[in-house]
Amino acid sequence: MARAAVLGRLTWQLGRVVELLDETDRVRSIVLDLPEWPGHRAGQHVDVRLTAEDGYQAQRSYSIASAPEDESLVLTVERLDDGEVSPYLADELRPGDELELRGPVGGYFVWEESLGGPLFLVAGGSGVVPLRAMLRHHAAIGSDVPVRMLYSARALEEVIYREELDLLAASHEVDVRFALTREWPAGWQGYRRRIDRALLQEIAWPAAEQPLVYVCGPTGFVELAAGTLVELGHDPARIRTERFGPTGA
Amino acid sequence: MSPISRGFRGRRRAEADPARVPPGQYVTDDFPVLSAGPTPHHPIESWSFTIQGAVDEPVSWTWAELQALPSETVTVDIHCVTKWSKLDTVWTGVSLDALLEGVETSAEYVTAFSDGGYTTNLPLEDVRGGKAWVAYEFGGEPLEPEHGGPARLLVPHLYFWKSAKWVRGLELREEDEPGFWETYGYHNYGDPWREQRYSGD
Repeated sequence: MARAAVLGRLTWQLGRVVELLDETDRVRSIVLDLPEWPGHRAGQHVDVRLTAEDGYQAQRSYSIASAPEDESLVLTVERLDDGEVSPYLADELRPGDELELRGPVGGYFVWEESLGGPLFLVAGGSGVVPLRAMLRHHAAIGSDVPVRMLYSARALEEVIYREELDLLAASHEVDVRFALTREWPAGWQGYRRRIDRALLQEIAWPAAEQPLVYVCGPTGFVELAAGTLVELGHDPARIRTERFGPTGA
Repeated sequence: MSPISRGFRGRRRAEADPARVPPGQYVTDDFPVLSAGPTPHHPIESWSFTIQGAVDEPVSWTWAELQALPSETVTVDIHCVTKWSKLDTVWTGVSLDALLEGVETSAEYVTAFSDGGYTTNLPLEDVRGGKAWVAYEFGGEPLEPEHGGPARLLVPHLYFWKSAKWVRGLELREEDEPGFWETYGYHNYGDPWREQRYSGD
């Protein structure tokens, strides 16, 4: 496994909320002005810290949704109803507010051109966020690494970045496929099921092409997708995963 | 000094003893899973745990041999660098003291290595003295693969990435060598009580 440069100290810094974008009913993107941002690589995340009036603090990690080349840093946050930090970020935060964060964090679930491809990106729900940073980076540098993406969501209304992904797909630069698991709009031409072996076999690059695979989503989704790809002959060392959410264990 | 987050009150859990929750952590009842790659499934028939490196002779245990060693059941709090802590978790396994007994070495560091290529580094003294186990049961049940089964390292006084899942052995080293996450900017030691999350903390 590759060695990365040892990073300097990650200090807390203040960003100002420039804009808030409603992506779906439960998901909001936070556009930040961060004068001291050191830059990041596509796929990395940040730690956000909130402070209450009595000094109580809470920290959580959020994936960066923007490409390194984008003008502003963007975080995309899904509201978890029993959460402590995400409801604040998704409902309470207003333009002009300050937000304390530090980063970038993580160096393995990252794509950059030197890693090559072909790329296969597999998203479950809000697991699309760091993969969207990779897609934007891929477009920004004009990479000719071939990309396929499989995005599983419950319903079309829950697909994050839908317009952007539709545009990408229409441009034929990236092959984007949606699998909807619970509700389908009239005339839906995409997949109507959870991901399974047949679906992955159909959409993924063949194992013989040694694709580089990034899977991000809830734990069960990632276990299933990554495990099935290994069964299909993919090299485990070329499958990078990021999991979130509880297991119920 | 952090600015006040306008309108943030927090949802503190009254039942969690603050003295047991390190800075920046929150208590969860779930058991989240974090792994850099697919879950490996090594057949138990050819599984072994090996202590190698700066030793005269490597020493190795098969699965059956490990199970035959005296086990300990411990109740500990665990702290993940991604901010969750889980209190009063119950593990069963073999103490590293038992495995390192009789191993003559001048090493001061260990690198735990795992199926799937994962590694993490620790000072040898942090896995001795009743502080570390090779754990194969969680909550009285066999440890599930996604949580590191058949066996994982358990070093609860450090952030949980040091408790290597799918562990297959320890490499004893005279010099410290950063492991997987340690080369990606995570702290070399990882003491949750000093909030040593990232390099330089």
